[in-house]
Amino acid sequence: MNLTLKIWRQKNTTSQGKMVEYKVNNISEDMSFLEMMDILNEELIVKGDDPIAFDHDCREGICGMCSLYINGEAHGPDRGITTCQLHMRKFKDGDTIYIEPWRAKAFPVIKDLVVDRTSFERIMASGGFISVNTSGNTQDANNIPIPKDDADEAFDAATCIGCGACVATCKNSSAMLFVSAKVSQLALLPQGKLERERRVLNMVDQMDKEGFGNCTNTGACEVECPKGISLSNIARMNREYLRASLVKKD
Amino acid sequence: MSKAFEMFSSSIGRKFVMSLTGLFLITYLVIHLAINLLSLVDAHLFNEASHFMGTNWFIQAMQYVLALGFIFHIVQGIALARSNAKARPQKYALDKPSTNSSFSSRSMIITGLLVLLFLVLHLRDYFWELKFDDMNGHATDFDLVVALFANPLYTGLYVFSFIMLGIHLNHGFQSAFQSVGVNHPKYTPGIKKFGVIYCVIVSAGFSLIALVHYFNSL
Ligand code: HEM
Ligand code: SF4
Ligand code: FES
Repeated sequence: MNLTLKIWRQKNTTSQGKMVEYKVNNISEDMSFLEMMDILNEELIVKGDDPIAFDHDCREGICGMCSLYINGEAHGPDRGITTCQLHMRKFKDGDTIYIEPWRAKAFPVIKDLVVDRTSFERIMASGGFISVNTSGNTQDANNIPIPKDDADEAFDAATCIGCGACVATCKNSSAMLFVSAKVSQLALLPQGKLERERRVLNMVDQMDKEGFGNCTNTGACEVECPKGISLSNIARMNREYLRASLVKKD
Repeated sequence: MSKAFEMFSSSIGRKFVMSLTGLFLITYLVIHLAINLLSLVDAHLFNEASHFMGTNWFIQAMQYVLALGFIFHIVQGIALARSNAKARPQKYALDKPSTNSSFSSRSMIITGLLVLLFLVLHLRDYFWELKFDDMNGHATDFDLVVALFANPLYTGLYVFSFIMLGIHLNHGFQSAFQSVGVNHPKYTPGIKKFGVIYCVIVSAGFSLIALVHYFNSL
């Protein structure tokens, strides 16, 4: 199929970007969206143009690197997938496709379609961990009994790959779904309960400092999340936060 | 800010304020609707109820709580909308929000501001007239109501405003529970259903009262 692409081009963080139109021909419907981008880039390189920068790594839906806001939706028109899992069969011959980077103050554009998501890493560093002695005498995790329901819910939360689609799609650029998945994953397990107050207070504080918006509970994040992270995690984080605010001593 | 109140400056704490004031206003609307419905039943009964509300010490004290509830909700709502707009300085060239969220959830500030506009008019026409003015020369509260609804423009605006409030609450009702962490597979579906029933009853109830008075005046 032949397609018209409108792609965001931007030299660096400080320069002014703009949408630029490209044509690609003979795209197979069996290709993934990123392969289509590869073909366009090869053509650009042959012509001596600057190829389009976009993020990707595993190309199998597990690393969360590939971003792209495609035709007005995070990761394109399909559900429960990342951009590398999006197939060209979702498009028709002659389609015009808009391709933009994640848009959020806390995700500044580095180049073209690549955004800086280290704000997520700073949130993780502020509390998304457990403090254990790893010097060789750690207790076997299987020795600690954990209710199956809790283990399942913690595992569901832990499937978040930190892609940032929730932020990109939220009208407020809120990071609540991501942060709540990380808070839930640890708060549900005995190993994580020890630091639960400190964790949720610090992570929410860091999230606010990074310039993400507030949650209006529109639920757009849950719909666009490639891993099906549920809004119930946000409610759990709200409870954790309320509880921590009430019981903390300092 | 004092340590005890620190949380209210955070993103989640500010949503607690929205939720608690919102739930308070939701409760208040039920009482307001019940009293207004009396105006369809009997003029005397309505005047009695209105007089009771205007003189009872508890209701008078609650008036200040209500005013504070409104003020906190409105000020915080506007502040949240402003900081949310700043979180995405560069907009998308193409965005399709209707594929993943409801219209009512995306227009809370618009429906909220329209309700606020109505509120100002409403306070001027009733609260001010009843408390501080001569009720436009009418003898009873009921007469004032009847006279105002005789104006088709006024009645139209009234009905429009309650449709806006209905849209506000279509999202707001269940959202208020989520904001304070109430989300449970057993109860949340019921809360959502009850929220829809609630906003239909409130929107239709207030609108019906206005329309009945208007048609009676013809
Ligand atoms: C009787 C009148 C009103 C009622 C019963 C009401 C109720 C509610 C409820 C229950 C919520 C959901 C709270 C949450 O998500 O936790 C809400 C949200 C909101 N309200 Fe109201 N409201 C009223 C009037 C207003 C007015 C006058 C404004 C004016 C600005 C307003 C602005 C907002 C905004 C902006 C939100 C969304 C906040 C957010 O989630 O970011 N509301 N309202
Ligand atoms: S919650 Fe979902 S959308 Fe958000 S970062 Fe995690 S995997 Fe991506
Ligand atoms: S490239 Fe790893 S998830 Fe898409």
